[in-house]
Amino acid sequence: METNIHKLIEALLFIKGDPLTVKQLQEIIGEGITPEEIEAVIKDLTEDYARRESPIEIRPLAGGYQMLVKKEYFPWIKKLYKERLTIKLSPSALETLAIIAFKQPITRSEIENIRGVEITAVLETLLEKKLIRICGRKETVGRPLLYATTADFLRYFGLKSLSDLPLPEEVSGAGEEPETTATEPVGEPSEPE
Amino acid sequence: MNETTTFEVRLDIYEGPLDLLLYLVKKNNLEISDIPIARITAEYLQYLEMMKELNLDIAGEFLVMAATLLQIKARMLVPGASETEEVDEELDLLKQKLSEYQKYKEIAGVLSRKASDFAGYTWREFNPGFSEDDYSLEVSVFDLLQAFRQVLAELPQEVKEIIYEEIPIEEKIRQILDLLKEKSFITLSQLWRLQKSRLAMIVCFLAILELARLHQIVLRQKTFGGEIRIYRLDNYGNEHPQTN
Repeated sequence: METNIHKLIEALLFIKGDPLTVKQLQEIIGEGITPEEIEAVIKDLTEDYARRESPIEIRPLAGGYQMLVKKEYFPWIKKLYKERLTIKLSPSALETLAIIAFKQPITRSEIENIRGVEITAVLETLLEKKLIRICGRKETVGRPLLYATTADFLRYFGLKSLSDLPLPEEVSGAGEEPETTATEPVGEPSEPE
Repeated sequence: MNETTTFEVRLDIYEGPLDLLLYLVKKNNLEISDIPIARITAEYLQYLEMMKELNLDIAGEFLVMAATLLQIKARMLVPGASETEEVDEELDLLKQKLSEYQKYKEIAGVLSRKASDFAGYTWREFNPGFSEDDYSLEVSVFDLLQAFRQVLAELPQEVKEIIYEEIPIEEKIRQILDLLKEKSFITLSQLWRLQKSRLAMIVCFLAILELARLHQIVLRQKTFGGEIRIYRLDNYGNEHPQTN
């Protein structure tokens, strides 16, 4: 019986292209399985995949679990799809996301007040990419729209939840270099010609 | 002589006045808590002037900040006024804004690192659906302006530009891409040295911004204030989504 649950959860994780939450799994499997039992099975599966050095990795993401293909296969997967698969967000998009992540729900003018620049275009892009969503209106003059981050936001950055990020109070202030990481551009593997 | 602005190129600057102020604070190894207002104001205005000269689209916010800085500075100059509450309040507000903004900037840095750690993982129906107009410029516009300013200072003074010559931006773009065909990268200073006049430099600078915007090149810097390198982005043009 126990192996059946293992196989069932493996099948469900395999078929789903988004993070599956323990709650969703519980609803599907039903019949008195506890969240703890589900977590334990997922832990078993995760370890099993790791032990076998499978190209697949089960990873906690955006409040659930998802099967991912490890990054070393990216160069071939990219060829398979023939399209631009990854992209870096501009510093201005990243700053806007950082503010929304901590201050949500937040209005456009509140973000602009912190960043000191106009951000209409940035918000449009982020909405279009589903990294943020409109979650209501603020009950003040003009009833401005309120913005919040999405599950796709968490997944884009590989986060389990918002608590994976340091709090604004925790960051040093006059700290190290933020943006200029001396790495190769993402998704542009430097293949010698 | 109304021909001097033939190469008008409008580029949006996504960095704002707070970025510029933070940049100046960092460049001068200062703390936000004790900004020398007079000096920072002077430098801020210099950068604004340069941006104007380059026809960069200066957002209204830059001018508002300039006015605020000048106002604080002017009030401080009034004898006995440096202790008035008004000056303190406005300065404190500015400092507060700067340090708050700086914190979010750092979190943006954390996010950027998280994204590159996670980049490359794929899944079923993987399709982040990003369009080509997302871009990355890892060197800020202010770094470029700073580099540009140095070069202008080094330019031989005796050179007189008597003959009007038109330098199309396309020509500079071609020059940069040609240089990058042979090497994996060129440094900004190498490129500057190839430019013979002030006008050529300005066009060259705009060409770099344009190429970065079209993500044909990326600009990188190892350390803050260090040498800026220009890399060509490989297989540009093959990356547009194709219909299968």
